[in-house]
Amino acid sequence: MAMGKGYARAYYGTEHATAVQRKSSAHLLISGVSNAYTLEVLRVFGNPILQVLKGLSFESAMVPDPKRCNSCKDSASSRDSPEWTRPSPFPDEVLDRVLSLMESHKDRSSVSLVCKDWYNAERWSRSHVFIGNCYSVSPEIVARRFPNIRSVTLKGKPRFSDFNLVPQNWGADICSWLAVFAAAYPFLEELRLKRMAVSDESLEFIATSFPCFKSLSLLSCDGFSTDGLKSMASHCKNLTELDLQENVMDDLGGGWLSCFPENFVTLEVLNFASLNSDVSFDALEALVTRCKSLRVLKVNKTITLEQLQRLLVRAPQLVELGTGSFQQDLMPRVYAELESAFNNCKNLHTLSGLWEANFLYLPVLYVASAGLTFLNLSYACLRSNELANLVAHCPSLRRLWFAVIIVSKTEVLDTVEDKGLEAVGSSCPLLEELRVFPADPFDQDIVHGVTESGFVAVSRGCRRLHYVLYFCRQMSNAAVATIVQNCPDFTHFRLCIMNPGQPDYLTNEPMDEAFGAVVKTCTKLQRLAVSGLLTDLTFEYIGKYAKNLETLSVAFAGSSDLGMQCVLGGCTKLRKLEIRDCPFGNAALLSGLEKYESMRSLWMSACNVTMNGCRLLAKEMPRLNVEVMKDDESDDSQADKILKIASLETARKQM
Amino acid sequence: MSVPLEHDYIGLSEASSMERSSDKISSSSSSSTLSTEEEKNNVLNLKETELRLGLPGSESPERKAGFGVSLYGTDSLGPLKNFGSGAKRGFSDAINGSSDKWVFSANGGYEVDLGKGTVLFSPRGGNGGLEKNNTQQCNLPRVPPSKHVEKQTSPANEHASAPAAKAQVVGWPPIRSFRKNAMATNVSKNSDTVEGNPGSGCLYVKVSMDGAPYLRKVDLKNYCNYAELSSALEKMFSCFTLGQCTSGLPGQEGLTESRLMDLLHGSEYVQTYEDKDGDWMLVGDVPWE
Repeated sequence: MAMGKGYARAYYGTEHATAVQRKSSAHLLISGVSNAYTLEVLRVFGNPILQVLKGLSFESAMVPDPKRCNSCKDSASSRDSPEWTRPSPFPDEVLDRVLSLMESHKDRSSVSLVCKDWYNAERWSRSHVFIGNCYSVSPEIVARRFPNIRSVTLKGKPRFSDFNLVPQNWGADICSWLAVFAAAYPFLEELRLKRMAVSDESLEFIATSFPCFKSLSLLSCDGFSTDGLKSMASHCKNLTELDLQENVMDDLGGGWLSCFPENFVTLEVLNFASLNSDVSFDALEALVTRCKSLRVLKVNKTITLEQLQRLLVRAPQLVELGTGSFQQDLMPRVYAELESAFNNCKNLHTLSGLWEANFLYLPVLYVASAGLTFLNLSYACLRSNELANLVAHCPSLRRLWFAVIIVSKTEVLDTVEDKGLEAVGSSCPLLEELRVFPADPFDQDIVHGVTESGFVAVSRGCRRLHYVLYFCRQMSNAAVATIVQNCPDFTHFRLCIMNPGQPDYLTNEPMDEAFGAVVKTCTKLQRLAVSGLLTDLTFEYIGKYAKNLETLSVAFAGSSDLGMQCVLGGCTKLRKLEIRDCPFGNAALLSGLEKYESMRSLWMSACNVTMNGCRLLAKEMPRLNVEVMKDDESDDSQADKILKIASLETARKQM
Repeated sequence: MSVPLEHDYIGLSEASSMERSSDKISSSSSSSTLSTEEEKNNVLNLKETELRLGLPGSESPERKAGFGVSLYGTDSLGPLKNFGSGAKRGFSDAINGSSDKWVFSANGGYEVDLGKGTVLFSPRGGNGGLEKNNTQQCNLPRVPPSKHVEKQTSPANEHASAPAAKAQVVGWPPIRSFRKNAMATNVSKNSDTVEGNPGSGCLYVKVSMDGAPYLRKVDLKNYCNYAELSSALEKMFSCFTLGQCTSGLPGQEGLTESRLMDLLHGSEYVQTYEDKDGDWMLVGDVPWE
């Protein structure tokens, strides 16, 4: 950890104040200013440090005591001693207050680099820690540095584990973390885990070791079952959030829901949409009734429309709703009641679920659609015209996820599926995020999916679009160029042409120019996923233009080592690089030596890298974790999968 | 010991060996990039693009290993060795050296209607050849073979002749398993034909009103008595009666003489289909299942 880079100096005006944010040596002096004024400023404005500087009058600017600077560097953890009464440029309370309002991890990282005092102030005041890769640091180090953590976000396996590319039992087990947390953070309230291995024992441990535990979010995790949920429901008296999304878990039955005690009333978020078993509806209804603060409810598909209506009547305050199965033959009376229930949900801004949605019942949603900002139809498998009808009622939509199916082989290509997107383009001008999934990506019997024209249509109507994930079966360079011209503000551009290595369908050329257009036009681009037939030219473009790029996913692309070298050399902010099935070899791998330590991780699989290359890398960069996963039958010299993590530890301990 | 690979990770297929045909290969001059004479012809020859996976020796004699053709074992791999002379540990070595079978189809990419299923890659060895010569004219996916193919777990199946099974590159397209499985259930549910299925617990009868442009189907199980049925029928057919419909949808003007509105959808047109009796039926009365 680089310490003592110097103080940050305050200047008049914001443009100078931003210098404070940078890690490079800048100097900060905050003159004596009353606490009350500072706090008032902090409360009103956003970024505390900037605004403090804005509000200062520099009548009594103080010069920093040089002796103090030096001693500050020398003394270790001066904050810890209770009799610390060292005079400082401004009261400690000010700094503490400023820091307590600071939530951004990047800002806090910057603050901690200013000087030792600030490092200590920051670490004592931090209540939430975000660990992007669980193997980059050990739980002991975390506990030592941050004594007052209430909330932890942990991410484990490489993203490609979602697609079965990471072997079973790879690791990322939460249990070692929990053991340390139980000792260091007895008042832990929140755990947000992504791609971690979580066992039922771990869930029970959480439920019984942390009496203040409130919030559990498991996304794309694996290893547990509904028995673990039983523990959570039974023991966590103060639980406010139970959020389960897309985990690989054993659903042994819905009895866990009945384990919430009758006097349990604190739940605010309940998401069990991804579980398949029936739950006791009576228990659910009772739970929803007594938890008056419930604002997010996402049920699974066993909940019928009629049952949904009863739940909505109990919880009109819901902000986010995940419906169950939207397929049921309703009596007209129930239909009317359902519509009325939706009408009463005045705060609804997120809607999801809609499993097996029967288009006849979608109109019940129209009454609540005007306020919707996020519509997740990715499991509803609507037809294009149904989608069009629905989005016509959602003028405030900011985020839309959906999957489109077609019904018969005889439907003409390029018209039916894209019609829905055309409707989106015309109905939802505020749209910022679009995710289009293939409804049945593996059924080759029917031609399906959206084409480029749908995407172009959306880009014409939705100029604020900045996040897109788009699965399609054909794309052209011209279309992509048009799209980014219409929407130059893309921060996340993830295009998946589903046929690996497919060229521009109009010209038969590689898709190089498409992604070239993306990186040239979208200067704010942070995340990019490429597909289609791509040569090294794509990567030359990326390296040359994508200066803000942080995450890059590449599959079945590139021609030679040059491609990867361009990216590693040019993308200064690159943090995550994942590559599969590309002809990049050792030369490419080793060209990024200086870069890897500043990256969170690098993944390469089915490329041309050999074991020797990996060994060389590990030797050159001893502080990197280099891990090679080999398929059983492959040649000994071939390194099938490589994962590199910049880590503070010497070896990834397999738990 | 060659073991056929089962690429299926949805769990939908049963047999290991796969019968598939690739209908179309776009004719291209990519054949000029191939280094052997044989392959030039193969690419354009539709018969040659027919893919089959079976045991070595079970193939038809005229079959040649061509660009993008499935490989059975070492004997048919000869021509492929000429590929990718530039590749260090090239594709052909991987094929020859490993005991796995590689299955892939040559696929023009845009003609997605392959009939049965597809695994999409072409020899990586084409690396050098393709790039040097003419990438622009390459219509075949120049894709390094994925090594992420799943092992066949029951070798006994390799002798079975195949019903069509789906095979894909592992982990492609990049969709989380949860979503994949959910989609597969959704779509397979939708593809069942359930009309009149006694197990589904519904009793559909056709209802026709004289003069109406299409007929309706009604599930009698929905109603408890004649009164309810009658009012439901009235609602159903009221849109055909001028001046009597009430519009529940905002912004609608109700019926005029010249327009029949679909009350549920608010559009001028409704979807109908012609059933086996020759009657036009409104789409949606019978649930999809």
